[in-house]
Amino acid sequence: MPAPRKLLLAAAFGCLFVLAVVLATATVMRLTEGDAGGGWSPGGRIFLLLLLTLAGCALSYRLIALLYARYVNAPLRMAEDLAAMTAHSGLRLPEAASEELRALALAANHLLASRDALESDVAERVREARASLEEERSRLAALMADLSQSVVVCNLDGRVLLYNQRAKRELSEGPDGSNAELLGLGRSIYRVFDRALIEHALERLQPAAGDLAGAADDGRKAIGSAQFVTATRAGRLLRAHMSPVLGSDGQAGVRVGNLAVSGFVLVLDDVTQTNERHARRDELIQSLIEGGRGPLGSLRAAAEMLSDFADIAPRQRDRFLGVIRDEASALSAQFEKAAAAFSNDLRERWLLEEILGVELLAVAARRIGEQRSGEQRRLVVKTENVDESLWLRVDSFGLLQALRYLAWRLQDEYEVRDVRLSLQRSGHLAQLDLYWVGTFMNNEVAMSWLQDSMSVDGESSPLSVVDVVERCNGEVWFQRERVSHRAFFRTMLSAAEAPKELPSAIIPASDGERPEFYDFDIFRWSAGSHELDDRPLAELSYTVFDTETTGLQPSAGDEIIQIGATRIVNRRLLRHECFDQLVDPRRPLSQESVKVHGITRDLLAGQPVIAVVLPTFHAFCADTVMVGHNAAFDMRFLQLKERQSGVCFDHPVLDTLLLSAVLHPNQSTHRLEAIAERLGVSVFGRHTALGDAMVTGEVFLKMLPLLAEMGITTLRQAREASERTYHARLKY
Amino acid sequence: MSKKILIADDEQNIVISIEFLLRREGFEVLIAGDGEEALAKVRAEKPDLVLLDVMMPKMNGFDVCQAMRADPELSATRILMLTAKGRDTEVSKGLGLGADGYMTKPFSTKELLAEVRKLLEM
Repeated sequence: MPAPRKLLLAAAFGCLFVLAVVLATATVMRLTEGDAGGGWSPGGRIFLLLLLTLAGCALSYRLIALLYARYVNAPLRMAEDLAAMTAHSGLRLPEAASEELRALALAANHLLASRDALESDVAERVREARASLEEERSRLAALMADLSQSVVVCNLDGRVLLYNQRAKRELSEGPDGSNAELLGLGRSIYRVFDRALIEHALERLQPAAGDLAGAADDGRKAIGSAQFVTATRAGRLLRAHMSPVLGSDGQAGVRVGNLAVSGFVLVLDDVTQTNERHARRDELIQSLIEGGRGPLGSLRAAAEMLSDFADIAPRQRDRFLGVIRDEASALSAQFEKAAAAFSNDLRERWLLEEILGVELLAVAARRIGEQRSGEQRRLVVKTENVDESLWLRVDSFGLLQALRYLAWRLQDEYEVRDVRLSLQRSGHLAQLDLYWVGTFMNNEVAMSWLQDSMSVDGESSPLSVVDVVERCNGEVWFQRERVSHRAFFRTMLSAAEAPKELPSAIIPASDGERPEFYDFDIFRWSAGSHELDDRPLAELSYTVFDTETTGLQPSAGDEIIQIGATRIVNRRLLRHECFDQLVDPRRPLSQESVKVHGITRDLLAGQPVIAVVLPTFHAFCADTVMVGHNAAFDMRFLQLKERQSGVCFDHPVLDTLLLSAVLHPNQSTHRLEAIAERLGVSVFGRHTALGDAMVTGEVFLKMLPLLAEMGITTLRQAREASERTYHARLKY
Repeated sequence: MSKKILIADDEQNIVISIEFLLRREGFEVLIAGDGEEALAKVRAEKPDLVLLDVMMPKMNGFDVCQAMRADPELSATRILMLTAKGRDTEVSKGLGLGADGYMTKPFSTKELLAEVRKLLEM
């Protein structure tokens, strides 16, 4: 019904009502007035009028209440519903009773629907953007994993934001060659390299800018890079190439040209071997030149005496001859020694690559067995007696060409149908044979084949087989075995060492989790705010740790037998940056403790002692807050060893047991399992130090938001709250 | 009066020839097998010329040269350094420390003789 008609109707009702009341009153008055004597008493008339008024009031209240519910209460209810719906998407207003409100609800629902659509659109866009970012990251990770160089990206504080596997392998080694986990996300690069060295390199980016600053206003071309050679803590020699990471906004820090530098990339090459080789070569040249001068001087002088003076007394002559004999043999010996020691280093390094012998032979067999143009039959090739562990250092392309050339020429000129390839170790050399049975061939022909430039089926090379083999620092010859009627071309090559670990695949990030090798968020860390106490808990780095011990009484001689730790950086548990070390306690293990941790005497034999392990662990904990469950217990063990190990664990410490007591003061138990269950952390690998440390870390991460809800957001607040709890009254 | 020459070299095989050569040329020849002995003999005998090998036990040729040049009494003694290394840096170091001449092994005995004569102004 349209609103104006409703209004008219209401007005009409109102009028009728008033009219009815007036009429009723008039009628009553008239009836009760009547004739004298038969009329009502005045009191009766008043009573009747009052009755009528009350009835009228009741009727109008009922009417107004009805209208109130319909036109005042319903909109208010709808307003409440709407308020609730703004907080959650997907909800709609229910069907309203009145027509007007139905219209309003419809409009509001339209609004809600379009908001939901917008929301899901934004969410979709965010998801897409994240996916493409993730993809880019994976690509970058794959690229970095494949690099044969180490790559480390740092912010200007020297905090590591990104690194590849190779960098981790090469830079994490401690001075004693053990894995000290020196490199890690959020860790300082200055633990690996000297601070002054990096700062100097950063400074050197500057002049490169100065050269061009005048010419290039945008400064883009003005970015230089710096190089330096340095040694790692483990004594490896690295050549580092540094280039700046540019920040777009006006961050404080180093400026190169017009651009702010927010960090730097280090690309590192291990030049230890190259340098050693160069050093050895230099040494050889030095020893030959300088070591030869003395003996040659004596030789020459003696020889000149003998030739210049005819009248030398026989005794004197014998002395000169003695000098010549001595010095000549000394020189020969020196040459032999040099030749033996340096022969490999002196040969020219033609582009030789390390290749697994089996692989080379497989490719050779395939290529020799290929269908040839104008030839009916394929040559049959078999490989026999192949030493699968043998690595070769060869020009594989040339060598493959040589083998095919020889085999096909055998087929062409001697109608050989099948050939065999074998590869065996012979001392420190590798013996590669191409052999066949039967067909006679003389030495001269074979020799000429080896010397001819290789050309087969239109493919020709200016090189001969001998050239190629010489390039590989090898020798090749032809030989026959009369008894077995076998003939073969034998190539002796130097065997190579198996190359060091090839770059392994990047550890994939599990669903929804970023790979732990990155953390670009650290870029935002401020430089000066290292006063830990007032830093937000969420910003701090933590070392979550646990120990296994021979018993429960450190002061009664119980010792640590295992330390496990992992790190939390930017609220992420870094599962790949772990410290996991067994320790020889130098005392027997009790049966009860073995039942707890399962570590037996045998496992501990040969492990380092605590005085060796603690400095490394101390370095692992650098710049972090230590977190443990019932940390007081572990800290006591660590602190008792301070004198022995020479390191002092004076880090800030947080205890998940105490924090649990802060969060849930009414719970009867604060055992790690119980807390984990309360917070929804799945427990695995318990009672290994590292397993417990991981669980503790997960628990700690779950606690952070709960603590924040209680207003505990800084390290100072967390520590003070811990101290206030009942458990904290127990002495550390 | 014949000139006196000290040969300071631990390498017997070269000393044999130089000693023979110089004696034949009429010089008075003294021999020292290491740096300390060389310095002692220089002080005691005041030779006119010292043939000084760089690489010697106990005290090397550079140190002997330096010690000699620090002693005003020995200022007249000429020093001819003999070396088996022959690096430019070494030559300049020897001359810088006060040596009068420098010869690198292997050298021709004729040239050695010529150099000796030149230094003794004969």
